[in-house]
Amino acid sequence: MDLVLEGFRQAFLLILRGDHEVMEITWLSLKLSGLATMLSLLIGVPLGAAIGLRRFPTRNLVLGVINSGMGLPPVVVGLFVSIVLWRRGPLGFLELLYTPSAIVLAQFIIATPVVAGLTAAAMQQLDPRLMLQLKGLGASTWQALMLLVREARFSLLAAVMAGFGAVISEVGASMMVGGNILHYTRVLTTATVLETSKGNFAIAIALSVILLLLTFTITMTITALQQSGSNRA
Amino acid sequence: MTPLIELRDGLVRHGRRVVLDIPDLAIQEGERLAIMGPNGSGKSSLLRILGLLEVPTRGTVRFHGEVPDKSQRLAIRRRMASVFQASLLCDTTVHANVGLGLRFRRYPRVESDKLIRHWLDRLGIGSLAFRSARTLSGGEAQRTSLARGFVVAPEVLFLDEAFGALDAPTREALLLDTETILRDSNITVVFATHERAEAQLLATRVAILLDGRIAQIDAPTRVFAAPASEAVARFVGFENILPARVLGVTGGMTDVEVNGTLIRVGGTGRIGESALICVRAEDIRLLRPEAARLVSDRSTLLSATVRRVMPAGGMFRLDLDAGFRLRVLVNRHLAEAGTLAEGSQVHASIPAAAVHLIPVPELAHRAAASSVA
Repeated sequence: MDLVLEGFRQAFLLILRGDHEVMEITWLSLKLSGLATMLSLLIGVPLGAAIGLRRFPTRNLVLGVINSGMGLPPVVVGLFVSIVLWRRGPLGFLELLYTPSAIVLAQFIIATPVVAGLTAAAMQQLDPRLMLQLKGLGASTWQALMLLVREARFSLLAAVMAGFGAVISEVGASMMVGGNILHYTRVLTTATVLETSKGNFAIAIALSVILLLLTFTITMTITALQQSGSNRA
Repeated sequence: MTPLIELRDGLVRHGRRVVLDIPDLAIQEGERLAIMGPNGSGKSSLLRILGLLEVPTRGTVRFHGEVPDKSQRLAIRRRMASVFQASLLCDTTVHANVGLGLRFRRYPRVESDKLIRHWLDRLGIGSLAFRSARTLSGGEAQRTSLARGFVVAPEVLFLDEAFGALDAPTREALLLDTETILRDSNITVVFATHERAEAQLLATRVAILLDGRIAQIDAPTRVFAAPASEAVARFVGFENILPARVLGVTGGMTDVEVNGTLIRVGGTGRIGESALICVRAEDIRLLRPEAARLVSDRSTLLSATVRRVMPAGGMFRLDLDAGFRLRVLVNRHLAEAGTLAEGSQVHASIPAAAVHLIPVPELAHRAAASSVA
């Protein structure tokens, strides 16, 4: 119990003092996971919307694959990205392995199915005749789509939270493709693993607390945004 | 005159099932066409095709005589508007919902606002402008939905059972307001409904759609009084459809025989011909015995036995046995006075003008094969 209390005390001090190393790691986590989430929205929302709204023969299969992808183990993604980015791998010439870009790529792969799957579910909740009604009022397909996304905006914010939550908390992929290099690819989760293995439980707890606070703050902001909108009615 | 919209050689197939089969349907400018038919008869499908929201399996839709190619469809679609039964409003204000069509067409803001205001007021929902669409009642939502269609000043307005989901008083009020708006404008309207009253109030022409085919298309008074076939007669609400044989024709009247009973029909038939005679339940009158002697030769008097008495809203529906089954709609007071109990004897008068005759040559075989229902 002392250990835990000591951890919290240290966390408090580290945050209060604005410890340079901790701030750097936190900022990097936020930056990489935020970027990965944004990229996953760029691909996941249109993809999910298309699957949710359109009817095509292999639709169930595609939906099944994406929904399984929502539970994609980060280590598997890490392994896959490592192989691809390996010096002799297909994309080895890019020399991306053990760089922040590799982490973003891996996290993007983890977040995209989450975003796409939840977007598809959100779009399926809309009245299927809404698309037709909007076109009946003169909307182009694109105009109608934009409005449908707007109609599903509260569910889509949930997709953003789930996507961000999945990547800010993963450790396997970041460790494998980033390498946990100090000042370069060390993020909150990989640092926590390292400190724990070194026996620095207090610092590990401190990092964990920061991670939790970070996740909570961001999720709370989005939740507030979501609820202020839906309570208007 | 070139029709405003014309569907030629139209066929819609879902798998093997033919949903719609319409060789030619032309809608003239300024006309208000009601498409009537039971559920699943293809009304909505037809409206979507005419509104360029769906491409038929086969056939072409002409707009002002021309078939729009793929790049022109959106522009043509923007000269029309559709309103559906469920008021599919977006989760925003009433004002913004009504403005959707204008936004799609990139109207300038000031002009949009003026138009939206105008139509909100026309539909009596001006005070709701900045309410969230989610808080509206069914009637208010449907008014918003209609305003959304009118606001873009479409050349054609499609209404797909736009009044169908409302309760009776709300529907009536909205129907009357819509009629006023349409009367003042020259807008072409195509609307799907299964309510006769709706078609009578709004339509200048009625098409009866049965199993994807147009069974009859004519002026409302013609369709509702002189159905072209048994199926149309049933659909437009004739409760008495009886197999008959034409016996004689005298002075614009025709005498037919129904299961041994003589019935006088307005109009002329061909002697010896098999036919169906159609009479609306509400057109048959029950008479007291002393009044029965005064019946003219322009109607038929039958004596019959009351078999069943069924309440029907403000009226009562009776099943009579006059040698064949006759269904009659009577005033509530008559039924409640107790003179119309099951088993009592009555006199029924059928005005000849209320009887419509449909010649059915092939009926002779059928009548021979089965007894009269």
